[in-house]
Amino acid sequence: MTQKQRQSWVIIASFVAALLLTLLPLPDVLAAARPAWMAMTLIYWCLALPGRIGVGGAWAAGLLLDAAQGALLGQHALSFALIAYSATRLHLGIRQLPLLQQAAAVAVLILFLDQMLGFWIKGMSQQAPWSWSYWLATPASMMIWPAMYLTLRHMRRRYRLA
Amino acid sequence: MRQRFEGQMKPLFQRGPSITLRLLILILLSVAMMTADHRGARLEPLRAGLTLLISPLHYLVNLPFDAGGWLSGVFTSRNSLLRDNSRLQKEHLALMAQMQRYEALEVENQRLRELLQSSVKVGGRTSVAEIISVDLDPFKRQIVLNRGTRDGVTLGQPLLDARGVLGQIVHASLYTSSALLITDPTHALPVQVLRNGLRGIAFGSGSSNRLDLPYLANNADIQVGDLLVSSGLDGRFPPDYPVGKVVSVKLDPSEPFAKVSAEPSAGLERNREVLLYWFEPGTAGNGSAAVSP
Repeated sequence: MTQKQRQSWVIIASFVAALLLTLLPLPDVLAAARPAWMAMTLIYWCLALPGRIGVGGAWAAGLLLDAAQGALLGQHALSFALIAYSATRLHLGIRQLPLLQQAAAVAVLILFLDQMLGFWIKGMSQQAPWSWSYWLATPASMMIWPAMYLTLRHMRRRYRLA
Repeated sequence: MRQRFEGQMKPLFQRGPSITLRLLILILLSVAMMTADHRGARLEPLRAGLTLLISPLHYLVNLPFDAGGWLSGVFTSRNSLLRDNSRLQKEHLALMAQMQRYEALEVENQRLRELLQSSVKVGGRTSVAEIISVDLDPFKRQIVLNRGTRDGVTLGQPLLDARGVLGQIVHASLYTSSALLITDPTHALPVQVLRNGLRGIAFGSGSSNRLDLPYLANNADIQVGDLLVSSGLDGRFPPDYPVGKVVSVKLDPSEPFAKVSAEPSAGLERNREVLLYWFEPGTAGNGSAAVSP
């Protein structure tokens, strides 16, 4: 298997795992505080292998998430394309930060490009979330980022992806 | 080090339009798709295809719950099975007795209607579907079912349970479908008070145990405890199925409308089995305009 194929398989596997975590039923109290697994996976690969996924791939992943969650088709696709673009552009800056500051940077990306954009789109289609707990996904993602980063880095090194 | 970075970044800038241009195209495409999706069911085939791709994941996530149910079935004691069995036997007997009376009433009703020369009501057909336990958007009241277009599920099809109206199908793919519950804030359902035939519209409130009836006049004859049934005026839901019980009526003379809220009859977040409803051919209300979700 060439390096490129190996990259594709590992990246696809990580996205499938993220999608499973997104669909996994949680108790009602925790459901709103579910970290943005797909967005975080996307950010990781954009930082670690910049340019490998690209805006098109990110867009397709977002479209799958839209279908899986029953959201408006294009909502997550749009925010994922924007996230991939920003993360790829900023990867040199974000990558060298200490883990905790990196988590804060990731949280900013998720807050503005995933949550706020999503809130805006939902509001325009008369489906605005009715509770402030909608915003819990950002702190939850921030807290889980270090563990996620270390896990994915371990996976990347194990399969020797440059 | 620098060489490695450059090596990685190459594909970004080498081929095709620049990344910024691609981003702009994708933004326009997303906006166009969201508009088309919001303004009607034009993207349903695309969604059905994507959902088909994902449905293995839905079943995979559901697997532990299925296995849990199976295990608890295997390890149920004989005593509890016997107890259940005798309880169900009694229930069955009681229901059968009620059924006999009901059948006689239905025949009588039909005869009277014929005498009055009004249209004859005919029942529909139902089939059991199971809820797949996956979490969708927590701010939408939606469920995923293990039946799809292959089993005859159609968009807008009503969903019932043993106690009342549950919701309607909003997306259907080959093997799975998803339904919007009547408690979703974007759902509206025409209802009727059983006691006096007063008509109203029940909107979802977002919370799982409340429906709102915002457009009832302050002097409308509605009381706490009134049973609301579906009126069938939407042409989508079968008439006369229980929807909810009025739990509060607040009258404020300074407001044009009364504040009425009801508790849904159906076990919205309790049961795993639901009933899909098909109108028998020839009955009123196939495909006519309906309250859109």
